[in-house]
Amino acid sequence: MHKFNEFPRSCSKKHLSNYIYLIPGLAYLIVAVGWPLIDAIYLSFTNAQIGEKVPKFVGLYNFINLLKDSTFLTAAYNSILFTVVSVFLKMIIGIGIALLLYNFKQKWLRAIVLLPWVIPSTFGILGWLWILDPLYGSLNWLLIHSLGFSIPWLAEPFWARTSVILVNTWRGIPFFAIGFLGGMIAIPRDIYEAAKIDGSNSIHSFWYITLPLLMPVILIISLFSIVMTISDFSVVYILTRGGPINSTQVFATLTYQVGLSGAQIGRGAAISLFILPVLIVLAIIMLRYVNPSKKGGLE
Amino acid sequence: MVLHKTDRINNLYRNKVIQYALVMIVVIWTLYPFYSMFVASMKNVGELYNLEANPFWINKPTLSNFIYLFTQTNYLKWYINSSIVGISTVLISTIISLLFAYSVAVLRTKGGLALGVMIFMVYLIPQTLLFLPLNSLVNSLGISDSLWSLIFTYPTFQIPFSTWLLIGYFQNIPKEMIEAARVDGASTIQILRKIVIPISSPILITVMLFSFVLSWGDLIYALVFISSSTRETLGVGTVTQLIRGDSFFWGPLMAGGLLAAIPVVILFSFFLDQYVSGITSGSVK
Repeated sequence: MHKFNEFPRSCSKKHLSNYIYLIPGLAYLIVAVGWPLIDAIYLSFTNAQIGEKVPKFVGLYNFINLLKDSTFLTAAYNSILFTVVSVFLKMIIGIGIALLLYNFKQKWLRAIVLLPWVIPSTFGILGWLWILDPLYGSLNWLLIHSLGFSIPWLAEPFWARTSVILVNTWRGIPFFAIGFLGGMIAIPRDIYEAAKIDGSNSIHSFWYITLPLLMPVILIISLFSIVMTISDFSVVYILTRGGPINSTQVFATLTYQVGLSGAQIGRGAAISLFILPVLIVLAIIMLRYVNPSKKGGLE
Repeated sequence: MVLHKTDRINNLYRNKVIQYALVMIVVIWTLYPFYSMFVASMKNVGELYNLEANPFWINKPTLSNFIYLFTQTNYLKWYINSSIVGISTVLISTIISLLFAYSVAVLRTKGGLALGVMIFMVYLIPQTLLFLPLNSLVNSLGISDSLWSLIFTYPTFQIPFSTWLLIGYFQNIPKEMIEAARVDGASTIQILRKIVIPISSPILITVMLFSFVLSWGDLIYALVFISSSTRETLGVGTVTQLIRGDSFFWGPLMAGGLLAAIPVVILFSFFLDQYVSGITSGSVK
Protein backbone atom coordinates (compact mmCIF):
# COMPACT_ATOMS: atom_id res chain seq x y z
CA MET A 1 0.00 0.00 0.00
CA HIS A 2 2.79 2.36 0.89
CA LYS A 3 4.58 1.64 -2.34
CA PHE A 4 1.39 2.24 -4.24
CA ASN A 5 1.17 5.76 -2.86
CA GLU A 6 4.73 6.47 -3.70
CA PHE A 7 4.16 5.74 -7.36
CA PRO A 8 0.77 7.22 -8.07
CA ARG A 9 1.33 6.88 -11.80
CA SER A 10 1.13 3.11 -11.72
CA CYS A 11 -2.42 3.41 -10.42
CA SER A 12 -4.44 2.07 -13.33
CA LYS A 13 -7.31 4.52 -13.03
CA LYS A 14 -5.06 7.55 -13.31
CA HIS A 15 -3.17 5.88 -16.07
CA LEU A 16 -6.32 5.44 -18.05
CA SER A 17 -7.29 9.08 -17.68
CA ASN A 18 -3.95 10.09 -19.21
CA TYR A 19 -5.03 8.39 -22.39
CA ILE A 20 -8.46 9.99 -22.48
CA TYR A 21 -6.86 13.34 -23.37
CA LEU A 22 -5.36 11.77 -26.46
CA ILE A 23 -8.64 10.48 -27.85
CA PRO A 24 -10.03 13.63 -29.54
CA GLY A 25 -6.75 14.32 -31.32
CA LEU A 26 -6.10 10.75 -32.33
CA ALA A 27 -9.64 10.14 -33.49
CA TYR A 28 -9.68 13.30 -35.55
CA LEU A 29 -6.30 12.71 -37.16
CA ILE A 30 -7.16 9.13 -38.03
CA VAL A 31 -10.40 10.21 -39.72
CA ALA A 32 -9.19 13.40 -41.40
CA VAL A 33 -5.54 12.60 -42.21
CA GLY A 34 -4.87 8.87 -41.83
CA TRP A 35 -7.88 7.69 -43.76
CA PRO A 36 -7.53 10.22 -46.63
CA LEU A 37 -3.87 9.29 -46.97
CA ILE A 38 -4.74 5.62 -47.35
CA ASP A 39 -7.57 6.59 -49.68
CA ALA A 40 -5.14 8.59 -51.84
CA ILE A 41 -2.89 5.55 -52.16
CA TYR A 42 -5.88 3.35 -52.99
CA LEU A 43 -7.25 5.84 -55.54
CA SER A 44 -3.90 6.07 -57.29
CA PHE A 45 -4.21 2.38 -58.19
CA THR A 46 -7.65 2.88 -59.72
CA ASN A 47 -9.21 4.68 -62.66
CA ALA A 48 -11.52 6.62 -60.30
CA GLN A 49 -13.33 9.55 -61.90
CA ILE A 50 -15.64 12.18 -60.52
CA GLY A 51 -19.23 11.10 -61.04
CA GLU A 52 -18.45 7.44 -61.65
CA LYS A 53 -19.63 5.06 -59.00
CA VAL A 54 -17.30 2.07 -58.98
CA PRO A 55 -13.61 2.65 -59.75
CA LYS A 56 -11.69 -0.20 -61.37
CA PHE A 57 -8.34 -1.38 -60.04
CA VAL A 58 -5.66 -0.65 -62.62
CA GLY A 59 -2.47 -1.48 -60.73
CA LEU A 60 0.49 0.73 -61.55
CA TYR A 61 -1.09 1.98 -64.77
CA ASN A 62 -1.44 5.60 -63.55
CA PHE A 63 2.16 5.81 -62.42
CA ILE A 64 3.62 4.21 -65.55
CA ASN A 65 1.39 6.31 -67.75
CA LEU A 66 2.45 9.49 -65.96
CA LEU A 67 6.12 8.78 -66.51
CA LYS A 68 5.40 8.83 -70.25
CA ASP A 69 3.40 12.04 -70.04
CA SER A 70 5.35 15.13 -71.02
CA THR A 71 3.17 17.50 -68.96
CA PHE A 72 3.78 15.42 -65.86
CA LEU A 73 7.51 15.30 -66.53
CA THR A 74 7.54 19.07 -66.93
CA ALA A 75 5.69 19.41 -63.62
CA ALA A 76 8.16 17.10 -61.89
CA TYR A 77 11.09 18.99 -63.41
CA ASN A 78 9.59 22.35 -62.39
CA SER A 79 8.82 21.22 -58.84
CA ILE A 80 12.41 20.11 -58.36
CA LEU A 81 13.89 23.15 -60.15
CA PHE A 82 11.77 25.66 -58.21
CA THR A 83 12.52 23.94 -54.93
CA VAL A 84 16.28 23.59 -55.40
CA VAL A 85 16.86 27.09 -56.74
CA SER A 86 14.55 28.95 -54.40
CA VAL A 87 15.65 27.07 -51.27
CA PHE A 88 19.26 27.82 -52.20
CA LEU A 89 18.48 31.52 -52.70
CA LYS A 90 16.46 31.68 -49.49
CA MET A 91 19.39 30.15 -47.62
CA ILE A 92 21.99 32.59 -48.98
CA ILE A 93 19.86 35.72 -48.69
CA GLY A 94 18.46 34.44 -45.39
CA ILE A 95 21.94 34.26 -43.87
CA GLY A 96 22.71 37.74 -45.18
CA ILE A 97 19.56 39.24 -43.69
CA ALA A 98 20.06 37.35 -40.43
CA LEU A 99 23.54 38.86 -40.12
CA LEU A 100 22.09 42.28 -40.80
CA LEU A 101 19.38 41.77 -38.16
CA TYR A 102 21.97 40.48 -35.72
CA ASN A 103 24.08 43.62 -36.04
CA PHE A 104 21.24 46.08 -36.55
CA LYS A 105 19.39 45.42 -33.34
CA GLN A 106 16.13 47.17 -34.13
CA LYS A 107 12.88 45.40 -33.40
CA TRP A 108 11.00 47.22 -36.15
CA LEU A 109 13.28 45.75 -38.81
CA ARG A 110 12.65 42.23 -37.52
CA ALA A 111 8.94 42.90 -37.66
CA ILE A 112 9.14 44.14 -41.24
CA VAL A 113 11.29 41.22 -42.37
CA LEU A 114 8.73 38.82 -40.90
CA LEU A 115 5.75 40.36 -42.69
CA PRO A 116 5.76 38.29 -45.92
CA TRP A 117 5.68 35.18 -43.80
CA VAL A 118 3.03 36.39 -41.35
CA ILE A 119 0.62 37.76 -43.91
CA PRO A 120 -0.99 34.77 -45.62
CA SER A 121 0.98 34.28 -48.80
CA THR A 122 -2.11 34.39 -51.03
CA PHE A 123 -2.34 38.15 -50.51
CA GLY A 124 1.35 38.93 -50.90
CA ILE A 125 1.50 36.90 -54.11
CA LEU A 126 -1.35 39.03 -55.48
CA GLY A 127 0.93 42.04 -55.06
CA TRP A 128 3.58 40.29 -57.12
CA LEU A 129 1.05 39.39 -59.78
CA TRP A 130 0.45 43.08 -60.22
CA ILE A 131 4.14 44.06 -60.12
CA LEU A 132 4.98 41.42 -62.73
CA ASP A 133 2.10 42.18 -65.07
CA PRO A 134 3.76 42.55 -68.48
CA LEU A 135 1.64 45.52 -69.55
CA TYR A 136 0.71 47.51 -66.43
CA GLY A 137 3.19 46.15 -63.88
CA SER A 138 5.62 48.54 -62.22
CA LEU A 139 8.66 46.34 -62.90
CA ASN A 140 8.26 46.68 -66.66
CA TRP A 141 7.38 50.37 -66.28
CA LEU A 142 10.71 50.82 -64.55
CA LEU A 143 12.57 48.81 -67.19
CA ILE A 144 10.99 50.68 -70.09
CA HIS A 145 11.59 54.11 -68.56
CA SER A 146 15.17 53.43 -67.55
CA LEU A 147 16.55 50.89 -70.01
CA GLY A 148 14.05 51.03 -72.83
CA PHE A 149 12.96 47.40 -72.92
CA SER A 150 10.48 45.19 -71.11
CA ILE A 151 10.43 41.54 -70.03
CA PRO A 152 7.47 39.19 -70.66
CA TRP A 153 7.48 38.16 -66.97
CA LEU A 154 4.58 35.78 -66.76
CA ALA A 155 3.99 35.30 -70.46
CA GLU A 156 7.04 33.31 -71.58
CA PRO A 157 8.13 29.98 -70.07
CA PHE A 158 11.62 31.06 -69.02
CA TRP A 159 10.45 34.31 -67.44
CA ALA A 160 7.40 32.69 -65.90
CA ARG A 161 9.66 30.15 -64.20
CA THR A 162 11.97 32.93 -63.08
CA SER A 163 8.99 34.79 -61.64
CA VAL A 164 7.80 31.75 -59.71
CA ILE A 165 11.27 31.26 -58.23
CA LEU A 166 11.47 34.97 -57.38
CA VAL A 167 8.15 34.98 -55.53
CA ASN A 168 8.87 31.68 -53.79
CA THR A 169 12.13 33.17 -52.57
CA TRP A 170 10.51 36.39 -51.41
CA ARG A 171 7.92 34.48 -49.48
CA GLY A 172 10.37 32.08 -47.81
CA ILE A 173 13.14 34.46 -46.79
CA PRO A 174 11.56 35.63 -43.49
CA PHE A 175 11.40 32.08 -42.17
CA PHE A 176 15.07 31.54 -42.97
CA ALA A 177 16.26 34.94 -41.76
CA ILE A 178 14.46 34.80 -38.43
CA GLY A 179 15.32 31.13 -37.91
CA PHE A 180 19.00 31.83 -38.58
CA LEU A 181 18.86 34.88 -36.35
CA GLY A 182 17.61 32.63 -33.55
CA GLY A 183 20.53 30.30 -34.16
CA MET A 184 23.01 33.20 -34.17
CA ILE A 185 21.66 34.64 -30.93
CA ALA A 186 22.09 31.22 -29.32
CA ILE A 187 25.85 31.22 -30.02
CA PRO A 188 27.63 32.38 -26.82
CA ARG A 189 29.32 35.76 -27.17
CA ASP A 190 32.51 34.65 -25.34
CA ILE A 191 33.47 32.52 -28.33
CA TYR A 192 33.59 35.64 -30.49
CA GLU A 193 35.44 37.58 -27.79
CA ALA A 194 38.05 34.84 -27.51
CA ALA A 195 38.50 34.73 -31.27
CA LYS A 196 38.86 38.50 -31.38
CA ILE A 197 41.62 38.41 -28.79
CA ASP A 198 43.36 35.78 -30.91
CA GLY A 199 43.30 38.27 -33.78
CA SER A 200 40.38 36.92 -35.79
CA ASN A 201 38.50 39.44 -37.94
CA SER A 202 34.77 39.39 -38.53
CA ILE A 203 34.95 37.41 -41.77
CA HIS A 204 37.02 34.76 -40.04
CA SER A 205 34.63 34.67 -37.11
CA PHE A 206 31.69 34.20 -39.45
CA TRP A 207 33.40 31.47 -41.43
CA TYR A 208 34.89 29.48 -38.55
CA ILE A 209 32.44 30.13 -35.72
CA THR A 210 29.02 31.30 -36.89
CA LEU A 211 28.62 29.05 -39.91
CA PRO A 212 29.68 25.72 -38.33
CA LEU A 213 27.60 26.35 -35.21
CA LEU A 214 24.65 27.39 -37.34
CA MET A 215 24.77 24.24 -39.47
CA PRO A 216 22.08 22.26 -37.61
CA VAL A 217 19.68 25.22 -37.86
CA ILE A 218 20.49 25.73 -41.55
CA LEU A 219 19.87 22.05 -42.22
CA ILE A 220 16.57 21.81 -40.41
CA ILE A 221 15.15 25.04 -41.82
CA SER A 222 16.20 24.08 -45.34
CA LEU A 223 14.58 20.66 -45.04
CA PHE A 224 11.37 22.25 -43.81
CA SER A 225 11.46 24.68 -46.64
CA ILE A 226 12.01 21.89 -49.17
CA VAL A 227 8.88 20.14 -47.90
CA MET A 228 6.84 23.37 -48.09
CA THR A 229 8.18 24.47 -51.47
CA ILE A 230 7.94 21.19 -53.34
CA SER A 231 4.31 20.79 -52.35
CA ASP A 232 3.36 24.45 -52.79
CA PHE A 233 0.23 25.34 -54.67
CA SER A 234 -0.52 29.01 -54.24
CA VAL A 235 2.48 30.69 -55.89
CA VAL A 236 2.04 28.92 -59.21
CA TYR A 237 -1.74 28.92 -59.05
CA ILE A 238 -2.00 32.67 -58.50
CA LEU A 239 0.86 33.77 -60.76
CA THR A 240 0.44 31.56 -63.82
CA ARG A 241 -2.15 28.82 -63.16
CA GLY A 242 0.55 26.50 -64.54
CA GLY A 243 0.86 28.37 -67.83
CA PRO A 244 1.88 29.47 -70.34
CA ILE A 245 1.00 26.11 -71.91
CA ASN A 246 1.78 24.08 -68.77
CA SER A 247 5.35 25.37 -68.64
CA THR A 248 5.16 26.23 -64.92
CA GLN A 249 3.03 23.33 -63.71
CA VAL A 250 4.15 21.75 -60.45
CA PHE A 251 2.91 18.64 -58.63
CA ALA A 252 0.26 20.56 -56.71
CA THR A 253 -1.24 22.50 -59.60
CA LEU A 254 -1.20 19.50 -61.93
CA THR A 255 -2.90 17.38 -59.26
CA TYR A 256 -5.58 20.04 -59.05
CA GLN A 257 -5.94 20.31 -62.81
CA VAL A 258 -6.05 16.58 -63.51
CA GLY A 259 -7.79 15.35 -60.36
CA LEU A 260 -10.44 18.05 -60.06
CA SER A 261 -10.85 20.10 -63.21
CA GLY A 262 -10.17 17.00 -65.31
CA ALA A 263 -12.19 14.77 -62.94
CA GLN A 264 -9.58 11.99 -63.12
CA ILE A 265 -9.19 11.37 -59.39
CA GLY A 266 -7.06 8.24 -59.72
CA ARG A 267 -4.53 9.87 -61.98
CA GLY A 268 -4.53 13.04 -59.86
CA ALA A 269 -3.87 11.03 -56.70
CA ALA A 270 -0.96 9.31 -58.44
CA ILE A 271 0.56 12.71 -59.33
CA SER A 272 0.35 13.95 -55.75
CA LEU A 273 1.88 10.72 -54.43
CA PHE A 274 5.11 11.38 -56.27
CA ILE A 275 5.88 13.83 -53.45
CA LEU A 276 5.59 11.09 -50.84
CA PRO A 277 9.01 9.42 -51.24
CA VAL A 278 10.68 12.85 -51.00
CA LEU A 279 8.71 13.60 -47.85
CA ILE A 280 9.56 10.28 -46.23
CA VAL A 281 13.30 10.70 -46.84
CA LEU A 282 13.27 14.28 -45.52
CA ALA A 283 11.15 13.30 -42.52
CA ILE A 284 13.62 10.55 -41.58
CA ILE A 285 16.56 12.95 -41.79
CA MET A 286 14.67 15.57 -39.79
CA LEU A 287 13.61 13.18 -37.06
CA ARG A 288 17.26 12.64 -36.23
CA TYR A 289 17.56 16.36 -35.51
CA VAL A 290 14.13 17.28 -34.31
CA ASN A 291 13.29 16.05 -30.89
CA PRO A 292 10.28 17.40 -29.05
CA SER A 293 11.84 16.48 -25.71
CA LYS A 294 14.58 19.04 -26.22
CA LYS A 295 14.09 22.65 -25.25
CA GLY A 296 12.32 24.67 -27.88
CA GLY A 297 11.34 21.58 -29.76
CA LEU A 298 13.42 22.23 -32.81
CA GLU A 299 17.13 21.89 -32.31
CA MET B 1 48.84 47.10 -38.59
CA VAL B 2 47.58 49.94 -36.49
CA LEU B 3 45.01 52.22 -38.02
CA HIS B 4 45.14 55.94 -37.44
CA LYS B 5 42.34 57.35 -35.39
CA THR B 6 40.75 59.24 -38.28
CA ASP B 7 40.90 56.10 -40.44
CA ARG B 8 39.08 54.16 -37.77
CA ILE B 9 36.37 56.78 -37.51
CA ASN B 10 36.05 56.87 -41.28
CA ASN B 11 35.76 53.09 -41.36
CA LEU B 12 33.13 53.13 -38.67
CA TYR B 13 31.22 55.79 -40.56
CA ARG B 14 31.49 53.87 -43.83
CA ASN B 15 30.24 50.69 -42.16
CA LYS B 16 27.22 52.53 -40.78
CA VAL B 17 26.39 53.90 -44.23
CA ILE B 18 26.64 50.43 -45.79
CA GLN B 19 24.50 49.01 -43.02
CA TYR B 20 21.76 51.60 -43.54
CA ALA B 21 21.87 51.05 -47.29
CA LEU B 22 21.39 47.32 -46.78
CA VAL B 23 18.55 47.95 -44.34
CA MET B 24 16.89 50.13 -46.97
CA ILE B 25 17.21 47.42 -49.62
CA VAL B 26 15.75 44.80 -47.28
CA VAL B 27 12.85 47.06 -46.33
CA ILE B 28 12.02 47.86 -49.97
CA TRP B 29 12.33 44.24 -51.08
CA THR B 30 10.04 43.11 -48.27
CA LEU B 31 7.40 45.81 -48.36
CA TYR B 32 7.27 46.76 -52.02
CA PRO B 33 4.59 44.19 -53.01
CA PHE B 34 2.31 45.53 -50.29
CA TYR B 35 3.03 49.14 -51.19
CA SER B 36 2.35 48.33 -54.81
CA MET B 37 -1.01 46.81 -53.86
CA PHE B 38 -1.82 49.91 -51.85
CA VAL B 39 -1.06 52.23 -54.77
CA ALA B 40 -3.15 50.19 -57.19
CA SER B 41 -6.05 49.92 -54.76
CA MET B 42 -6.33 53.72 -54.48
CA LYS B 43 -6.19 54.51 -58.20
CA ASN B 44 -9.14 55.04 -60.48
CA VAL B 45 -9.49 53.02 -63.66
CA GLY B 46 -8.13 55.78 -65.90
CA GLU B 47 -4.95 56.20 -63.91
CA LEU B 48 -4.49 52.47 -63.32
CA TYR B 49 -4.47 51.64 -67.01
CA ASN B 50 -2.56 54.71 -68.15
CA LEU B 51 0.79 53.33 -69.29
CA GLU B 52 2.46 56.70 -68.70
CA ALA B 53 1.17 57.15 -65.15
CA ASN B 54 3.73 56.74 -62.39
CA PRO B 55 3.12 53.30 -60.81
CA PHE B 56 4.74 54.35 -57.53
CA TRP B 57 2.49 57.28 -56.79
CA ILE B 58 -1.24 58.07 -56.71
CA ASN B 59 -2.31 61.28 -58.42
CA LYS B 60 -5.99 61.24 -57.57
CA PRO B 61 -6.66 58.87 -54.69
CA THR B 62 -10.06 57.22 -54.80
CA LEU B 63 -11.95 54.72 -52.69
CA SER B 64 -13.95 53.47 -55.65
CA ASN B 65 -12.20 50.09 -55.68
CA PHE B 66 -13.13 49.48 -52.06
CA ILE B 67 -16.68 50.61 -52.72
CA TYR B 68 -16.81 48.25 -55.69
CA LEU B 69 -15.72 45.37 -53.45
CA PHE B 70 -18.50 45.93 -50.96
CA THR B 71 -21.24 46.74 -53.44
CA GLN B 72 -20.50 44.69 -56.56
CA THR B 73 -18.99 41.53 -55.06
CA ASN B 74 -19.60 39.24 -52.09
CA TYR B 75 -16.46 40.55 -50.40
CA LEU B 76 -18.15 41.30 -47.08
CA LYS B 77 -19.64 37.82 -47.09
CA TRP B 78 -16.19 36.31 -47.72
CA TYR B 79 -14.83 38.33 -44.83
CA ILE B 80 -17.54 37.03 -42.54
CA ASN B 81 -17.02 33.47 -43.78
CA SER B 82 -13.27 33.64 -43.20
CA SER B 83 -13.89 34.98 -39.69
CA ILE B 84 -16.40 32.28 -38.83
CA VAL B 85 -14.13 29.52 -40.08
CA GLY B 86 -11.04 31.07 -38.52
CA ILE B 87 -12.49 31.56 -35.05
CA SER B 88 -14.24 28.20 -34.85
CA THR B 89 -11.30 26.16 -36.16
CA VAL B 90 -8.88 27.95 -33.85
CA LEU B 91 -11.04 27.05 -30.86
CA ILE B 92 -11.49 23.43 -31.94
CA SER B 93 -7.89 22.79 -32.86
CA THR B 94 -6.44 24.57 -29.83
CA ILE B 95 -8.56 22.57 -27.40
CA ILE B 96 -7.74 19.26 -29.08
CA SER B 97 -4.04 20.13 -29.28
CA LEU B 98 -3.94 21.30 -25.68
CA LEU B 99 -5.36 18.01 -24.42
CA PHE B 100 -3.08 15.97 -26.62
CA ALA B 101 0.10 17.85 -25.74
CA TYR B 102 -0.89 17.81 -22.05
CA SER B 103 -1.13 14.06 -22.06
CA VAL B 104 2.12 13.58 -23.97
CA ALA B 105 4.35 16.18 -22.38
CA VAL B 106 2.98 16.91 -18.91
CA LEU B 107 1.45 13.62 -17.85
CA ARG B 108 4.18 11.83 -19.80
CA THR B 109 1.83 9.12 -20.92
CA LYS B 110 3.50 5.91 -22.02
CA GLY B 111 4.16 5.92 -25.74
CA GLY B 112 4.14 9.71 -25.67
CA LEU B 113 7.35 10.08 -27.60
CA ALA B 114 6.05 7.92 -30.42
CA LEU B 115 2.92 10.06 -30.50
CA GLY B 116 5.02 13.21 -30.62
CA VAL B 117 6.89 11.80 -33.58
CA MET B 118 3.61 10.88 -35.22
CA ILE B 119 2.33 14.43 -34.81
CA PHE B 120 5.48 15.75 -36.42
CA MET B 121 5.05 13.41 -39.39
CA VAL B 122 1.44 14.49 -39.82
CA TYR B 123 2.63 18.09 -39.77
CA LEU B 124 4.83 17.36 -42.77
CA ILE B 125 2.00 15.92 -44.88
CA PRO B 126 1.13 18.69 -47.33
CA GLN B 127 -2.36 19.76 -48.33
CA THR B 128 -1.47 18.78 -51.89
CA LEU B 129 -1.47 15.15 -50.86
CA LEU B 130 -4.77 15.34 -49.01
CA PHE B 131 -7.13 17.56 -50.96
CA LEU B 132 -8.35 14.93 -53.43
CA PRO B 133 -9.25 12.24 -50.87
CA LEU B 134 -10.53 14.91 -48.47
CA ASN B 135 -12.80 16.11 -51.24
CA SER B 136 -14.29 12.61 -51.48
CA LEU B 137 -14.63 12.49 -47.69
CA VAL B 138 -16.27 15.91 -47.57
CA ASN B 139 -18.65 14.85 -50.33
CA SER B 140 -19.63 11.63 -48.60
CA LEU B 141 -20.20 13.50 -45.34
CA GLY B 142 -22.57 15.77 -47.26
CA ILE B 143 -20.79 18.96 -46.21
CA SER B 144 -19.26 20.01 -49.52
CA ASP B 145 -19.91 23.59 -50.59
CA SER B 146 -20.52 24.66 -47.01
CA LEU B 147 -18.36 26.30 -44.36
CA TRP B 148 -18.54 23.01 -42.44
CA SER B 149 -16.20 21.45 -44.98
CA LEU B 150 -13.56 24.02 -44.03
CA ILE B 151 -14.26 23.79 -40.31
CA PHE B 152 -13.87 20.04 -40.62
CA THR B 153 -10.63 20.08 -42.63
CA TYR B 154 -8.60 23.08 -41.40
CA PRO B 155 -7.67 21.38 -38.11
CA THR B 156 -5.75 18.83 -40.23
CA PHE B 157 -2.98 21.38 -40.53
CA GLN B 158 -3.69 23.38 -37.37
CA ILE B 159 -3.60 20.50 -34.88
CA PRO B 160 -0.20 19.01 -35.78
CA PHE B 161 1.37 22.46 -35.77
CA SER B 162 -0.24 23.57 -32.49
CA THR B 163 0.39 20.28 -30.74
CA TRP B 164 4.04 20.31 -31.75
CA LEU B 165 4.47 23.83 -30.42
CA LEU B 166 2.68 23.02 -27.16
CA ILE B 167 4.66 19.84 -26.58
CA GLY B 168 7.88 21.81 -26.91
CA TYR B 169 6.64 24.34 -24.35
CA PHE B 170 5.17 21.84 -21.91
CA GLN B 171 8.45 19.92 -21.74
CA ASN B 172 9.86 22.86 -19.81
CA ILE B 173 7.25 22.87 -17.07
CA PRO B 174 9.10 21.68 -13.95
CA LYS B 175 8.19 18.09 -13.15
CA GLU B 176 8.21 18.87 -9.43
CA MET B 177 5.35 21.31 -9.84
CA ILE B 178 3.10 18.65 -11.34
CA GLU B 179 4.24 15.99 -8.89
CA ALA B 180 3.51 18.27 -5.95
CA ALA B 181 0.00 18.88 -7.20
CA ARG B 182 -0.54 15.17 -7.65
CA VAL B 183 0.64 14.43 -4.14
CA ASP B 184 -1.84 17.02 -2.90
CA GLY B 185 -4.50 14.93 -4.57
CA ALA B 186 -5.25 17.09 -7.61
CA SER B 187 -6.88 15.26 -10.49
CA THR B 188 -5.37 15.53 -13.96
CA ILE B 189 -8.15 17.85 -15.08
CA GLN B 190 -7.50 20.11 -12.07
CA ILE B 191 -3.78 20.19 -12.85
CA LEU B 192 -4.60 21.17 -16.41
CA ARG B 193 -7.00 23.93 -15.38
CA LYS B 194 -5.23 25.33 -12.33
CA ILE B 195 -1.58 24.93 -13.26
CA VAL B 196 -0.88 24.18 -16.89
CA ILE B 197 -3.27 26.59 -18.62
CA PRO B 198 -2.41 29.63 -16.46
CA ILE B 199 1.34 29.26 -16.94
CA SER B 200 0.95 28.52 -20.65
CA SER B 201 -1.05 31.55 -21.68
CA PRO B 202 1.76 33.13 -23.77
CA ILE B 203 2.23 30.01 -25.85
CA LEU B 204 -1.52 29.46 -26.09
CA ILE B 205 -1.93 32.95 -27.54
CA THR B 206 0.87 32.28 -30.02
CA VAL B 207 -0.67 28.96 -31.02
CA MET B 208 -4.08 30.54 -31.54
CA LEU B 209 -2.65 33.37 -33.60
CA PHE B 210 -0.73 31.05 -35.87
CA SER B 211 -3.70 28.75 -36.29
CA PHE B 212 -5.88 31.70 -37.17
CA VAL B 213 -3.42 32.94 -39.78
CA LEU B 214 -3.15 29.45 -41.28
CA SER B 215 -6.92 29.30 -41.58
CA TRP B 216 -7.17 32.86 -42.91
CA GLY B 217 -4.65 32.19 -45.66
CA ASP B 218 -5.83 28.82 -46.91
CA LEU B 219 -6.45 28.78 -50.61
CA ILE B 220 -6.52 25.20 -51.81
CA TYR B 221 -9.11 23.59 -49.54
CA ALA B 222 -11.55 26.44 -50.01
CA LEU B 223 -10.93 26.33 -53.76
CA VAL B 224 -11.63 22.60 -53.87
CA PHE B 225 -14.55 22.24 -51.47
CA ILE B 226 -16.51 25.45 -52.07
CA SER B 227 -18.31 26.26 -55.28
CA SER B 228 -20.88 28.94 -54.40
CA SER B 229 -19.64 32.51 -54.42
CA THR B 230 -21.47 33.38 -51.19
CA ARG B 231 -19.75 30.58 -49.28
CA GLU B 232 -16.24 31.40 -50.39
CA THR B 233 -13.56 32.72 -48.09
CA LEU B 234 -11.28 35.72 -48.61
CA GLY B 235 -8.41 33.97 -50.34
CA VAL B 236 -10.41 31.99 -52.83
CA GLY B 237 -13.02 34.73 -53.31
CA THR B 238 -10.52 37.41 -54.31
CA VAL B 239 -8.48 35.06 -56.48
CA THR B 240 -11.38 33.48 -58.37
CA GLN B 241 -14.02 36.23 -58.51
CA LEU B 242 -11.77 39.21 -59.25
CA ILE B 243 -9.67 37.32 -61.79
CA ARG B 244 -11.99 35.82 -64.37
CA GLY B 245 -10.23 34.02 -67.13
CA ASP B 246 -7.98 36.57 -68.71
CA SER B 247 -9.62 39.64 -67.26
CA PHE B 248 -8.19 41.05 -64.07
CA PHE B 249 -10.18 43.51 -61.98
CA TRP B 250 -6.90 45.01 -60.79
CA GLY B 251 -8.21 47.81 -58.58
CA PRO B 252 -10.68 45.73 -56.57
CA LEU B 253 -8.29 42.77 -56.61
CA MET B 254 -5.52 44.77 -54.93
CA ALA B 255 -7.99 46.42 -52.55
CA GLY B 256 -9.34 42.99 -51.62
CA GLY B 257 -5.91 41.50 -51.02
CA LEU B 258 -4.86 44.45 -48.93
CA LEU B 259 -7.98 44.53 -46.76
CA ALA B 260 -7.64 40.79 -46.19
CA ALA B 261 -4.10 41.23 -44.88
CA ILE B 262 -5.03 43.96 -42.42
CA PRO B 263 -6.44 41.87 -39.53
CA VAL B 264 -3.32 39.72 -39.63
CA VAL B 265 -1.08 42.77 -39.50
CA ILE B 266 -3.04 44.15 -36.56
CA LEU B 267 -2.84 40.86 -34.63
CA PHE B 268 0.82 40.67 -35.51
CA SER B 269 1.59 44.13 -34.22
CA PHE B 270 -0.16 43.41 -30.92
CA PHE B 271 1.74 40.21 -30.32
CA LEU B 272 4.99 41.04 -32.06
CA ASP B 273 7.17 40.01 -29.12
CA GLN B 274 5.48 36.63 -28.85
CA TYR B 275 5.98 36.03 -32.54
CA VAL B 276 9.60 37.02 -32.67
CA SER B 277 10.60 35.27 -29.47
CA GLY B 278 8.60 32.19 -30.45
CA ILE B 279 10.43 31.95 -33.72
CA THR B 280 13.87 32.96 -32.60
CA SER B 281 13.74 30.31 -29.90
CA GLY B 282 13.58 27.98 -32.85
CA SER B 283 10.31 26.34 -32.03
CA VAL B 284 8.08 27.56 -34.81
CA LYS B 285 7.38 26.07 -38.20
